Amino acid sequence: MIDIKIQSNRFDFSKEIKNFQNNKIDGAVVCFLGSVRDLKPDETLEKLEIEYYPKMAKKVLKETAKKAFNKWSLSQCLIIHRFGELEVNEPIVLVITQTKHRKDAFKANEYIIDFLKINAPFWKKEHSPKGAKWVKQNKRDLEISF
Amino acid sequence: MKIIYFAKIRELIGKSEEEISFPSNVKKIEDLIVFLKNHNKIYHNVFENYDFLIACDEELVDMDYEINKTKEIAIFPPVTGG
Repeated sequence: MIDIKIQSNRFDFSKEIKNFQNNKIDGAVVCFLGSVRDLKPDETLEKLEIEYYPKMAKKVLKETAKKAFNKWSLSQCLIIHRFGELEVNEPIVLVITQTKHRKDAFKANEYIIDFLKINAPFWKKEHSPKGAKWVKQNKRDLEISF
Repeated sequence: MKIIYFAKIRELIGKSEEEISFPSNVKKIEDLIVFLKNHNKIYHNVFENYDFLIACDEELVDMDYEINKTKEIAIFPPVTGG
């Protein structure tokens, strides 16, 4: 079962985990939660703006989950990614993977977040008292082999 | 053909989408970029000085991709989600 959500609303991490566990399929569940970080000590983040390409983003997230499903025999996978205006500490992205055994759940989860970092069409813009700037892609993310 | 722009590329170009008619010699993405660069100074600056990716009908493509069957071309900076 693959569930992909792209939304502006804040999500509740604990609720999502609980919903996930209600489908008692397999024993190993791994979660990755990415949140908005501040720019301290150099600057203060006023807000993080996330723009995205709706049609393509949904497609890429779905295809990424499908690839992970085939590679690690996942029983369930949830990906939530937010767009719009977010504040410091707000959740941005959640990836939950479930398999029979923990190693596959960890590997599948890492694969999904690493893959979406360089392929899913989302862009972050940081707003601070000094102005606004688009976040640059982290070159280290491109060095990961899949 | 419909071209859409996102994020920094959208801001630099000054619009989020447009319909452009190409001459028949524009067959691949690389031809399209040359055509746009010759179109005006703004495009020239963007495609000369900024990193960008191209998606045809929601699939990332290379510069030698042939665009004759494409309905929508998206041009955007390297992605920074997650």
